[in-house]
This record gives sequence, structure tokens and C-alpha cells, in this order.
Amino acid sequence: MDQEPLIELDGVSFKYDREWVVEDVDLTIHKGQFLGLVGPNGSGKSTLIKLMLGLEKPNRGQIRLFGKQVKKFNRWQEVGFVSQKANSFNSGFPATVYEVVRSGLVSRMNMFQLFKPTHKDKVYEALAEVEMKEYAHYSIGELSGGQQQRVFIARALVSDPSLIILDEPTVGVDSEHVTAFYDLLGKLNRERNLTLLMVSHDIGTITSHATHVACMNKSVHFHGSTEDYHHMDDEDLSGIYGHSVQQLTHNHEVTHP
Amino acid sequence: MIEAIFEYEFLQNAVITGLLIGLVAPLLGVFIVVRRLSLIADALSHITLTGIAASLLIEKRVTAVNDWNPMYMGMAFSVVGAVFIEKLRKVYKHYEELAIPIMLSGGIGLGVILISLADGFNTDLLGYLFGSVTAVSRDNMWTVVIITTIVVLIVLAFYKELFVLSFDEEHASIAGVNAKSIHFLFIVMVALVIASAMQVVGILLVSALMTLPVAAALRMSVSFKQTIGLSVLFGEISVVTGLISAYQLDVPPGGTIVMAAVVLLLLSIVYRKVRRSGNWWKGETI
Repeated sequence: MDQEPLIELDGVSFKYDREWVVEDVDLTIHKGQFLGLVGPNGSGKSTLIKLMLGLEKPNRGQIRLFGKQVKKFNRWQEVGFVSQKANSFNSGFPATVYEVVRSGLVSRMNMFQLFKPTHKDKVYEALAEVEMKEYAHYSIGELSGGQQQRVFIARALVSDPSLIILDEPTVGVDSEHVTAFYDLLGKLNRERNLTLLMVSHDIGTITSHATHVACMNKSVHFHGSTEDYHHMDDEDLSGIYGHSVQQLTHNHEVTHP
Repeated sequence: MIEAIFEYEFLQNAVITGLLIGLVAPLLGVFIVVRRLSLIADALSHITLTGIAASLLIEKRVTAVNDWNPMYMGMAFSVVGAVFIEKLRKVYKHYEELAIPIMLSGGIGLGVILISLADGFNTDLLGYLFGSVTAVSRDNMWTVVIITTIVVLIVLAFYKELFVLSFDEEHASIAGVNAKSIHFLFIVMVALVIASAMQVVGILLVSALMTLPVAAALRMSVSFKQTIGLSVLFGEISVVTGLISAYQLDVPPGGTIVMAAVVLLLLSIVYRKVRRSGNWWKGETI
């Protein structure tokens, strides 16, 4: 039986200027799922994330987070976010890993509330979860791309969210560290029952780690379990979102479980 | 100089004001530098000059107005200028830095006209441009005490919001931080601190006190807290050595304070290179 829905999109459409970038998307993400949202470049994946996070407003349709309209939603401590931009932040920024992770607590705290010593344990707990505890006092700019992304996961974890949304977090991460990064996400999903929504254009890798897949090209053409996805034949696959998918899937061996 | 401080009120005013400015200018400077807004301080200081000029002109032309304190008008212009910069940054979304030269040259242009109309090219003006050991009044000192207290309290209260906004604006808005209000509050604080610092360091050099100590601290620190601590320390050292040498040499303190900050900056670069002496000649960057 399906668990409670954390994100619900109902006929969501959005346009930049005159061009529709998201068209009539229905998508529900239930608690405990690890959903890979895949699609070619410019297919509206990142825009869809912005809509879910309330950073953009849809022209049509409804978005609910934890059962509440996104514009009225205020439990942001329940939602963690890791962007691809994390890779291109100002790497000369003078902050330690500890300070960066601690900043994730802001969503839990009230205005005027100061950091307390008890917050220290939370920060170290989150760092231990991503196996970065010994780097706590390193400057964030000294770390590799993969290590930085682990730190940003810890920043998302520190506020004890039930859902983490990741927007192409492996862009700029060495290929050898990408697998370890996915393994970490898989572990968080299984052991903490953390719901994950991850945007990726790397359909091969995501489908071997996620529990569910949604394929998108302006609208969602397939949404189901990874198992169902793997059981589709080539013809079904090419129907998922037109021709561009062929080029994308070419280089990746789809591994069947 | 120590005995002189106990003897002369004007020196007490300059030293106390200097110490307060040495604290708040680098404190705000850290946030300005990491957000890559260093030039905003320059733009605002030039607008402050326009305010001073306007005040001088009104005092001269309007007989009812006597003995006006130009600092308040400078502050008002600086705050209004800050609001304008924010508006301009929205007008030129893709050329945000354009707001700075627009305000900077506009401020100086209007300032020059107003100063000429007020026949204001005299020694007083030199004091505003390069700072003065003798010009700080007790009133001005108290104003700076109040502004310093407010700024320090606000930075403490909003430390976490200011940090998140500086580090990752997108994350800040998802975390529910009201970026617009905090940013506005911040820029108004910068405007007030610039107008306060003007009397000691001078309009042309005030931005240096917000950026040079931070530039030096960045070479030596790992954490954000450390950057703030070192910036303030370097700011205070610059102000103290600058004021003492300005008094001894009878030159404007703006010059000596900024030169002290430059020396500290050079030392910090050398420190970093020596500490990493293993391969410093390879031209390693920050």
C-alpha cells in the first residue's frame, strides 16, 4: 500500500515568456520513495523542482507539499535541497565544513534565535552520516567536488527533513566518486526511510539506484517503479519522450536488478 | 600622544570614534567582500559627499539654518543612495554592477556642483575627503556610538541569516529566510557606517577600511568566524597606528589609516606564502 504523499502535482504547467517549459504534469511522490526524475537537457526538470520548492509559481495546476498548498507551506525544515549549483559556489568563501552544515539549521530556527551548543551534536551527527566528520574544520573550498556534495547533503540532513530534493548533484563530481555518492543516497533512503527526489540526465546510473523513475520532456511520459521501467522494451522506451532519449541512453548500460 | 588624549576633548572624540569604526567597518566589510559587493561602499561614500555638499549649501544660502551638522545629511543621502542602488540592480538584472558606477558618478557630479555653489572648496572639505583628527565633535561621536551599538546588535541577531544569504542565496530562500528584508537592512547599515566613518577616514578612503582588513583576513583564516575576528583586529590596528601617526606627522588620518591597512595586507600575503613555503613560488592562489 502506498504511504502518505509528500509531493503532489496536479496538472501543473509553467511558461517562461511565451514558451511552455512544463506542460500538464501530474506526479505524486510517496513517503519512502527514491524517485529519479530523468529527461534530456531543457526538458523542464529543474523548473519543475523550482515549482515544487515555491521558487516559481505555476501558470496552471496545483502543487501540494505534505498535503498543503505550496504557497501556504511553512514546514521548510522538512525539505532539504541540494543543487547542482553547489559545485559552482564561490570556492574562496571563508567557511568551514562545520559552519556550512550548521547553516542548514536556519530553517528550524526562529528569527533572533542564536546558535546553541546543542546544535553542535546535530552538526556532527549529520557529518557522520555522510562520513565527513573528520573534515569538520576544513575550509569548504579545500574539498573535492564529491566531498563538497556530501557536505551539502549533511547541510540538508541537519534539519531532520523527511524529504530531500537533489537537482543534478553529481555534475562536477569525479566519475569514481559518483557511485559512492549514489550508494550514500541509497543508504539514506533505506535506513532513514528518507524520501528522495533526484533530478538527473544520467538515466543509466539513476535507474540502477532509485526505486522509482519519472521520465519527463515538458510533460511526464512515464512514471513507475524502476522494475517496470527495466521491463520495457526498446520501442516503449523510445516512446517515453520522443527521439532525444535514444542519444542519452546510448552510452549507458542499463543494469537489470 | 597619550597625555594629549586626556587633555584634549577633540582627540578623545577622534580616538573613540576611530575605535568604533575600526570595529563596525570591517564587520560589515566581511559580508560585503564575500558577496562581491566591494564597490558598493565606494558608491555610497561618494553619495555621502553629495549629502555633505547639500548640507553646506543649505547652511550658506538659508539664513535660518545655522550650525548644521553635515554628517546627518550625509547619512540621509547615503541611505537613500543605498535604496536607489537596490532599485537599479533590479532594473539592470543582468548588469547588476552597473548600479555602482551610475550612483558613483551621479553622486560626485551633483556633489561638485553643490560644493561649488556653496563656495565649499576649503579646508573643511579636505577634512571630509581625507579624514581629520580634529573635526570629530562630541555630538558626532555619540551618534557613532549609537550606530555602532545598533549595527553590532543587528549583526548578532541576524548572524545566521546573513551567513546563509552570503554563502548560498538560493538555499536561504528555501530555508524561509526573508532575503529581501535582510538585504535591505544590511545595505542601510552599510550606508550609516560609511557616513559615520567619513569623519575619521574621509569619504575617499572609507571603503578601504571595509575591504582591506577583510582582504588581509581572507589570506589567513579558515572559518567565517575567524575571518570576522581577524578583520576587526586588522581594522583596529590600522585605525590606532593610523591615528597616532597622523597626529605625530600632522597629516590627514585617512592616508595613514589606509597605509597601515595596506602594510597589514602585505604582511598577510607574506605570512601565507611563508607558511606554505614548500611551494610558494609556484604562484598558488586563494
